[in-house]
Amino acid sequence: MAMTSPDTAGFSPRRRFEGTRDIWRRLPITAKIGALMLLFWILTVLTVSFWPLADPLAMVGRRLQPPSTANWLGTDALGRDVFARTMYGAVWSIPIAVVVVACAVLIGSTLGALAGFFGGWSDSIIMRLVDVTVSFPPILLAMAVAAVLGPGLANASIAMVIVWWPIYARLMRAQVLEKRENEHVEAAVAGGAGSLRVLGVHILPLCWAPTLINATMDFGQVVLLAASLSFIGLGATPPSPEWGSMISEGATKFYSWWIAFGPGMAILSVVLATSFLGDGLRDVFDRRSA
Amino acid sequence: MLAYIVRRLIAIPFLLLGVASVSFVLSQMTKGDPLAALVPERMMSNPEIVNAVKAQWGLDQPLPVRYVTYIGNLLQGDLGTSFTTRRPVSTDIAERLPATLELVIAAMIIGTALGLTLGLLSARFRGSATDGISRIFALIGSSLPIFWSGLILLYIFSVRFSIVPGTGRLPPRVTPPPDVTGFYTIDALLAGDLSLFGQALAHLALPAFVLGWAVTGIITRIVRSSLIEGLSQDYARTARAKGAPERTVLIGHALPNAMIPLLTILGFTFAYLITGAVLTEAIFAWPGIGSYAVRAAASLDYPAIGGVTIVGSVAFLLANLLTDIAYAWANPRIKVH
Amino acid sequence: MTAPLLDIRDLRISFQARDGSWADALCGIDLSLEPGKVLGIVGESGSGKSIAMMAFLQLLPRGTRVQGSAKFKGQELIGMPASRIQRIRGKAIGCIFQDPLSAFNPVKTLGQQVVEAIRLHDRSISKRAALKEAERLFELVAIPQPERRVRQYPHEFSGGMRQRAMIAMALANKPDLLIADEPTTALDVTVQAQILDLLGDLRAELGIGMVLITHDLGVVAGIADEIAVMYGGSVVERGPTDPIFYETSHPYTAGLIGAVPTLDGTGALKQIEGTPPSIFSRPDGCAFHPRCGRAGDACRVQTPRLEPHGGTACACHFPLTTLREPVPS
Repeated sequence: MAMTSPDTAGFSPRRRFEGTRDIWRRLPITAKIGALMLLFWILTVLTVSFWPLADPLAMVGRRLQPPSTANWLGTDALGRDVFARTMYGAVWSIPIAVVVVACAVLIGSTLGALAGFFGGWSDSIIMRLVDVTVSFPPILLAMAVAAVLGPGLANASIAMVIVWWPIYARLMRAQVLEKRENEHVEAAVAGGAGSLRVLGVHILPLCWAPTLINATMDFGQVVLLAASLSFIGLGATPPSPEWGSMISEGATKFYSWWIAFGPGMAILSVVLATSFLGDGLRDVFDRRSA
Repeated sequence: MLAYIVRRLIAIPFLLLGVASVSFVLSQMTKGDPLAALVPERMMSNPEIVNAVKAQWGLDQPLPVRYVTYIGNLLQGDLGTSFTTRRPVSTDIAERLPATLELVIAAMIIGTALGLTLGLLSARFRGSATDGISRIFALIGSSLPIFWSGLILLYIFSVRFSIVPGTGRLPPRVTPPPDVTGFYTIDALLAGDLSLFGQALAHLALPAFVLGWAVTGIITRIVRSSLIEGLSQDYARTARAKGAPERTVLIGHALPNAMIPLLTILGFTFAYLITGAVLTEAIFAWPGIGSYAVRAAASLDYPAIGGVTIVGSVAFLLANLLTDIAYAWANPRIKVH
Repeated sequence: MTAPLLDIRDLRISFQARDGSWADALCGIDLSLEPGKVLGIVGESGSGKSIAMMAFLQLLPRGTRVQGSAKFKGQELIGMPASRIQRIRGKAIGCIFQDPLSAFNPVKTLGQQVVEAIRLHDRSISKRAALKEAERLFELVAIPQPERRVRQYPHEFSGGMRQRAMIAMALANKPDLLIADEPTTALDVTVQAQILDLLGDLRAELGIGMVLITHDLGVVAGIADEIAVMYGGSVVERGPTDPIFYETSHPYTAGLIGAVPTLDGTGALKQIEGTPPSIFSRPDGCAFHPRCGRAGDACRVQTPRLEPHGGTACACHFPLTTLREPVPS
């Protein structure tokens, strides 16, 4: 996944950001595999409708057939092709995770940056809000919110953003607190730069690496939680081929293990990919800052 | 550190107030009518019940009064009435909590034992096949959707090979042991009924393993990296210079130091366990508060899900507090102060 | 002549660089020590003085190549199987390390750690008896209130007391040889003197042979019988203590002596210019030549060998010949 780097990094006294290619070169092999796996799923999302796959919503064969050459992962209780549904499932799961992580990063980082930079009562209010939010076990908070808002993927996404933003608020606040002590920041303040300008131009460009690493790792966790909510019945609703709800359908057809197998492996591959890639990125950035 | 623990202790009531407030806000948002969150639809036609609930929760009062009443009710342990079971949520939860605790504690034991073993093995034989297999096993455990691994393992071990019994806490039509702790395994032992103990343990084994496996990854990772760090520390060199074999350096010196980071992540692990317990219970038809919450969520039974959420948060905060205390206890550099 | 306690012949240690090439951290050194004597090894960091000792105790990280010979009481230590060297480490050879705070395990009491040192080599001693022995050892190294101190953790000790405890632990099994790696570097100056006095007393009382590794010639001046000066992975000058100081032959040793503040205030504190070479970028010829005021053409191409010169043995193409007057101490 290409992450854009803020050009403003050049203002920092630290070495200029080396560019995506340099980071790629230094990633360990597992991280590269992870990145390629993610790329595979992103390409799947973009192109799956052109693939020669069965219609994921149509009955294409007999019900509950085990894997065969015609249906690689068998058919489900309604005679739909599980392989096709697994591939189409990415169209639900991946974009949702992108949106949830993006919103959580945006909301959390903004609030965290404001809290860290301005301090005082805005800091107190925001961080107490963070404290209360993280006092909930994540899945229970998501379930409660989703239950109040009603089932559906949009509501489940809102619930997940509510669960996830505090992580980024804490991360960004800690970063801003650390970086505002930098000499060039103090110089900018002494030079009369406005607060928002100092924050936006001089501090934030230094703070994105931990957020990027965390967002990479969380991506897989969001896919996991979204699937969990769907599994419970609070996320995607049938007949959409969302991975979690597919597994939930598989759970009721106990002897047809293949219904759940495909979506389970799909989720596993995304979670593994993001933790490999996140680990690799952390190694690269830690070594750089060390 | 002691000051930190005291600060945490003071913070807990405030955090709980925050949790309760969030729960209040959510309850007010339900379907626009807060009454709907408290009275099952079937009873809406009964004016007596509706009025009684209205009075109890102050629904005819303005919002601030309702808030105070809500908090007051919570303080008295009143979490409202479930739509689906039509019983007080607190009663439901009290009845089901032991099942969840039994599962979570068993999973914690399995996860920690497995994580410590794998962490020790992979640190001792670093770079070998043992190291690789341990790490992959641990990593897969924390990357698999737990409702999927539960399902597949249940299929393999119960359906296919009949190694363990199916779902639930006991076989159907078996009377549970007399209630002492609420843990069927312990109660069966207390009653001196070994065959019942065996049955309860057999039912517990697979869900506890599935849940424990999910946290094995975090524990293995932290144990392995702390041990490897420990082995390169000066004190490890001193131990070797004293003539300690590598095994003693690992277990006698690096391991005690690894307990400190391990303790700090156990609180975090607990959050994982609660999440996992909800889903594990759903798969294994385990009659705890997790499956209760899932059923409540599916039927939009807000009082029930809100009640579980509050209870879960209390448990979560207590677990974090315990972690802090354990950390202080395990670290002699803190103990003296 | 008695058999040497420690006899090192052509000891060579190499580390592998990231690109896979090997670099010599120690370029083949010879050292020997008679029983009950004190050998001072002096050099800057990176000179190879510590790893020489770590090497024959097999305490270097895996992936280090060790060649040559190191005999302890006639037994070859290089290549000795782990199970056998473990019985020598901490038993016949005791070790003291530089920073006693990090060298002790922070989560165990000092008593536990001394007890471990004793019981690793003799299981028949009960924990209780071993703890009594630990108290006696603490008393031996003049730690006050030993019965209370053995129950304390390393962070509860002052630096000097910790180093005393370290020495007590190293003495636990009555070793024949004590290796002290920068034992006083992390300590205050006054405490340094106390620890050196303690080591001197122990040597006189117990007759232990010692290898004292330090970057500070002043530390070994009062206690060592012989001194080896190391630079860039080689011994550049070796000899009995007095000639090293008063018949200095190697320019590097002379530089080090210049860096010793003299008590009488004559001779201003001088520093050797430049920094010691890294093992991966060692110059050709004499490793010291880039920093040496006397270096000639030969120094840039040919590595000098250790040869007798005056009262010492010296590895230099252009050794000093000046004799110094002994300074009354």
